Amino acid sequence: MQRARIRWHIPVFLAPAVLVYTAIMIFPLFNTLRLALYSKVDQERIFVGLDNFRTLFFDPIWSEQFWNALGNNFWFFIVHMLVQNPIGVALAAILSHPRLRFAALYRSAIFIPTILSFVIVGFAWKLILSPIWGIAPSMLDFVGLKSLFVPWLGKEEYALTTLALISVWQFVGIPMMLIYAALLSIPEEILEAGEVDGITGISAFWKIKLPLILPSIGIISILTFVGNFNAFDLIYASQGALAGPDFSTDILGTFLYRTFFGFQLQLGDPHMGSAIASGMFAIILIGVCIYLFGIQTRMRRYQM
Amino acid sequence: MKRNFLKLALLSTALTATSAMAQDVTLNIESWRNDDLVLWQEQIIPAFEAKHPGIKVNFTPSAPAEYNAVLNSKLDAGSAGDLITCRPFDASLALYEAGHLSGLDDMDSMSNFSDVAKSAWQTDDGAVSFCVPMASVIHGFIYNKDAFAEVGVDVPTTEAEFFAALDKFKEDGTYIPMAMGTNDQWEAATMGYNNIGPNYWKGEEGRLALIAGEQKLTDEQWVAPYATLAKWGAYLGDGYEAQTYPDSQNLFTLGRAAIYPAGSWEISGFNTQADFEMGAFKPPVQNAGDTCYISDHTDIGIGMNAATEHPEAAKTFLAWVGSPEFAAIFGNALPGFFPLSKEPVDLADPLAKEIVGWRGECESTIRSTYQILSRGTPNLENETWGASVAAIKGASAPADLGAELQEGLASWYEPQQ
Repeated sequence: MQRARIRWHIPVFLAPAVLVYTAIMIFPLFNTLRLALYSKVDQERIFVGLDNFRTLFFDPIWSEQFWNALGNNFWFFIVHMLVQNPIGVALAAILSHPRLRFAALYRSAIFIPTILSFVIVGFAWKLILSPIWGIAPSMLDFVGLKSLFVPWLGKEEYALTTLALISVWQFVGIPMMLIYAALLSIPEEILEAGEVDGITGISAFWKIKLPLILPSIGIISILTFVGNFNAFDLIYASQGALAGPDFSTDILGTFLYRTFFGFQLQLGDPHMGSAIASGMFAIILIGVCIYLFGIQTRMRRYQM
Repeated sequence: MKRNFLKLALLSTALTATSAMAQDVTLNIESWRNDDLVLWQEQIIPAFEAKHPGIKVNFTPSAPAEYNAVLNSKLDAGSAGDLITCRPFDASLALYEAGHLSGLDDMDSMSNFSDVAKSAWQTDDGAVSFCVPMASVIHGFIYNKDAFAEVGVDVPTTEAEFFAALDKFKEDGTYIPMAMGTNDQWEAATMGYNNIGPNYWKGEEGRLALIAGEQKLTDEQWVAPYATLAKWGAYLGDGYEAQTYPDSQNLFTLGRAAIYPAGSWEISGFNTQADFEMGAFKPPVQNAGDTCYISDHTDIGIGMNAATEHPEAAKTFLAWVGSPEFAAIFGNALPGFFPLSKEPVDLADPLAKEIVGWRGECESTIRSTYQILSRGTPNLENETWGASVAAIKGASAPADLGAELQEGLASWYEPQQ
């Protein structure tokens, strides 16, 4: 019997991707998880087990910050789900309308903010909303609604929602594009068959198109979830590492940054920082698992 | 042929590079003062290099807010510069304890500095100094002289006069009475609480009593500044809640605001930006004739990376930083950063001269939260930022703020328990 030849080309071709991915993703991830189990006492790193997590969840000083950041993060996510994704779907539905003129122009204009850097977006919006130089107060003044102007980014009750909406403004192009692609892939015959049965116009959207694009909406939701719980840049660029006013815009990313690298007189603590990073990883992992096993497997797919 | 040529070219560049290294030592300076880049490149470094051929100096600053984080990462990775600009107190003490900074007591030039000047960069027992003191900053208020003349306001010396002046500007309406925002938070604590506070807690007396555990943050002298800050909110202009630090600077230098709660570090920037005459007044005292206290905060020092490859050259540079020559260049190039050397330096800038003159009239102290008290979690300095903002916005009562800070401090600081 002939011995099976070792197929060398498989490991050779896999090697670059595996090596690079291991070096820059898998190793740092596990090293972070490991780092969370240590602490530094008198310049020496000692193993403390789950002590950092006990501090994070049960020490009142830490847990208050953690739950505040987590709560803010959920609000950030909810605003995206309630505003960004419905608007994205609506824009896609309008764009895919065959009689809309200049569709390509609108599509590009709405998508362009997505490719801008967070720093530019944060800075530009900070200027737009600035009570001193911003155009927001003067525009409101122009239509006689100056009394509605509030220094939104400086008020505890509005700052986080304002930032979430800025982020929505920046990223609404992504769900729009994905849904737009999904809508275009719906065959004409199905819509025509529906028309024969008397389903036209807006009800064609609700009864035929929406069920067919549900899987895409699911994907968008999970992308939004992962993106929001990893968010950091926009808050840091516009509100700084202390996520003011009074920590009202503090999300897990800024909390992690402040703890890991330190801030002003507060020295960095890589071990507590890693504990927070591990917490973030766990939250995202759980969220993705709920989606993958709880929702995606039950979603009905239609043969098109 | 072509390839050979390339090799040759590479080899020759490599050779010239190594031969250059053999002659010259290059020192890199880590700093957060990116505003001073030009001054270092055009005045300080040439002056040093002219006297010390063979040593090249590179000034490589990073953004102030990121400096500590960036520096710590670089030091841990072994890629930090030879010379390290030192933040005062614990940030640098931690670097020394971690073995990143060298002790400097064997240097002669350290005797040019007083003990108070050195205190920001010493071990708690004062046994080892690890940074050469460079400069301190003084807090107070900078004002627009033209605005004061136009509205007819006298320069205030007491608190009552101070608020009367603000009222007058508010009534007049031409100028925003005071330019400060709470968006970035630190100004409220640094230019607010720690600016006016020393008059309440009597400077060093109160600060040291707090460290010793004899006074508490709930005591009247520590709470009263918050009550005063609470009155500031009404004079800060529309939307001060979202006003950033650069916004405030621009409002003042554009001549739209009358008073700017300041640190002296603003002087050089304001001199180039503002086209009106500026003056300065001390933090107002409660009653005329009271002893005044100013925050004369040791702010910058410079030390040597313990892992440097060129300790001799680095020490040569540090010795020069401790010399009167450097103090004169630095003090005049950067009006508002006042040299700490024992020998007084003659300053040319009138505003800087006015402010440094307060050293003779008032008792000096440093910011209350910097020494020892910001060592634990929660961090008292960062908490003070939030508390000062809350006071100005009127979000919390002064007594509650004091109680909250005291609780946080007592949770980890033994003398306060």
